[in-house]
Amino acid sequence: MVLIYIDQADQEIKKATYEAISYGAALAKQLGTSAEALLLGTVHDDLTSLGKYGVTKVHQVNNATLNHFDARMNSTVIAAAAKSLGATVVIFAHNINGKAIAPAVAVKLSAGIVTGACALPKTDAGFVVTKTVFSGKAFASIQIDTPIKVISINQNSFGITSNDGVAEITNLAIEVPSSTISITSVDKIQGEVPLTEATLVVSGGRGLKGPENWGILLDLAKALGASTACSRPVSDSDWRPHHEHVGQTGLQIAPNLYIAIGISGAIQHLAGVNRSKTIVVINKDPEAPFFKAADYGVVGDAFEVVPALTAAILKSKGGA
Amino acid sequence: MKILVCISKTPDTTAKIAFIEGNTKFDENGVQWIINPYDEWYALVKAIELKEKDSNVAIHLVTVGGADTEPIIRKALALGGDEAIRINNITTDSFVVAQEIAAIAKEGGYDLIFTGKETIDYNSASVGSMLCALLDQNFISAAVKLDINGNAITVTREIEGGEETCTTTLPAIVSCQKGMAEQRIPNMRGIMAARTKPLKVIEATITNATTSIKQFDLPPAKSGVKLVDPSNMDELVRLLKEEAKVI
Ligand SMILES: Cc1cc2nc3c(=O)[nH]c(=O)nc-3n(C[C@H](O)[C@H](O)[C@H](O)COP(=O)(O)OP(=O)(O)OC[C@H]3O[C@@H](n4cnc5c(N)ncnc54)[C@H](O)[C@@H]3O)c2cc1C
Repeated sequence: MVLIYIDQADQEIKKATYEAISYGAALAKQLGTSAEALLLGTVHDDLTSLGKYGVTKVHQVNNATLNHFDARMNSTVIAAAAKSLGATVVIFAHNINGKAIAPAVAVKLSAGIVTGACALPKTDAGFVVTKTVFSGKAFASIQIDTPIKVISINQNSFGITSNDGVAEITNLAIEVPSSTISITSVDKIQGEVPLTEATLVVSGGRGLKGPENWGILLDLAKALGASTACSRPVSDSDWRPHHEHVGQTGLQIAPNLYIAIGISGAIQHLAGVNRSKTIVVINKDPEAPFFKAADYGVVGDAFEVVPALTAAILKSKGGA
Repeated sequence: MKILVCISKTPDTTAKIAFIEGNTKFDENGVQWIINPYDEWYALVKAIELKEKDSNVAIHLVTVGGADTEPIIRKALALGGDEAIRINNITTDSFVVAQEIAAIAKEGGYDLIFTGKETIDYNSASVGSMLCALLDQNFISAAVKLDINGNAITVTREIEGGEETCTTTLPAIVSCQKGMAEQRIPNMRGIMAARTKPLKVIEATITNATTSIKQFDLPPAKSGVKLVDPSNMDELVRLLKEEAKVI
């Protein structure tokens, strides 16, 4: 059985979970087995509807302590659940919580693990999982040599597939150790899609000259419904908050659309964004290295091009 | 207070990524090696900052790798580690690395273990979490801020779309990222001192790898950029809608 971990925050299922379930269901089909999901704690979402993404059952460890994330506690409970359910593959999203617990679960299950997978495993001979390495500059195909396997999948690398299907909910009695971590405050930026989950991203570099010029970028992001990102010097200079920094030493993202404005395209920047499906580069220097990694390019002054692009998007949305 | 900082050797961020032996091995020819940036800039420098506040802090460094990791270990000692341990095991399997470090950690009785958020070569982000299971200690990942008060720590970590602050007790494992500390460069005094700081080599004991790399591949080259006239943004919108189908 393929078991997929349901990641939640504030009792809401995270979007990355739907992709992990879609992936786990496709893998289960490939292996001729069933896909089931595991929830720790309680959520407001309708769990039966997870059947849409391909799981037949949702096992719930119904204990409110588990609504707070604690890597040691969560990994202990997940490993115990996977053992009692007889899971042979356990799937996580490679998001912040997935990174914190999937390797610990693998240790507890004596399972080999591949983190950051970007495709379904090849299972015709052995069990080989492809993942991104060198921060997106290459791929490695890694064989897992243990009977039980753990995989965490890169966000936006597989996609969400849905059908009609209804999952059965079962209560799983697993002993929950007491948590030794207490959360004292949570500080969330309201109303913004987290960058790693965003499908559309507008990003700015030093070419925008200063924080006072970010308005044109924010207007474009608003017109598109996109999240915003930036290059490292921009966050280092505090023009933008650190959590917007993408690249080899920042976030690695793979949105459907990445629009780079006034970013030169240094190798360390590209490493964080080159898995984006479509890249648009706006830069006044036709020799900027970013154009080599782009699908669409506009050679021009951002201060003219960006407002014109925003206007064109608004016009197309208005149906004109 | 004893802090163990896990140090990994990675290719420089500008290194040419290429493969040899039928795409089964990373081509190390001409590659410059650095301390993994997350380990250096955030984990190690945070430990140094804590030592500057409290002289009772001892900073031990540990790396799992061959003799070619010694230059980067010396650099880490120059920045401010007190002593270092190298476990002579050449592996790409995080589980092997984590088990070697766990053995050192058990022996050393550390209050805090710092790792980087991930390495920039294999991007596994696994060692801290594996240590959590192997040592049965608290683990806080993706930390951007940490304060110690006696036997307790307050840590702020990144969560999707924000930050979360929590408290826990020592011993604990913390994976560090941007925000934890400010990057430094070693000074001459540090470099001189590093030469005589202890660097102990321990032979490998762990051999049970659970994974093996079969092949590397480079991403397919982009087919070439399509340039759009800056005065025709309607055309760009059309292409994004009809050709790329992303908006
Ligand atoms: C170890 C290491 C790790 C690093 N990690 C990262 C990382 O994770 N992420 C990252 O981003 N960087 C990283 N860097 C830094 C990286 O090397 C580059 O320095 C950085 O990405 C450059 O940022 P930029 O493109 O915004 O600025 P610049 O390189 O200064 O480029 C600005 C661009 O704006 C263009 N421009 C100027 N004016 C206009 C205008 N009016 N209209 C349109 N275009 C204009 C210019 O032509 C230029 O191409 C790292 C570096 C090192 C050494």
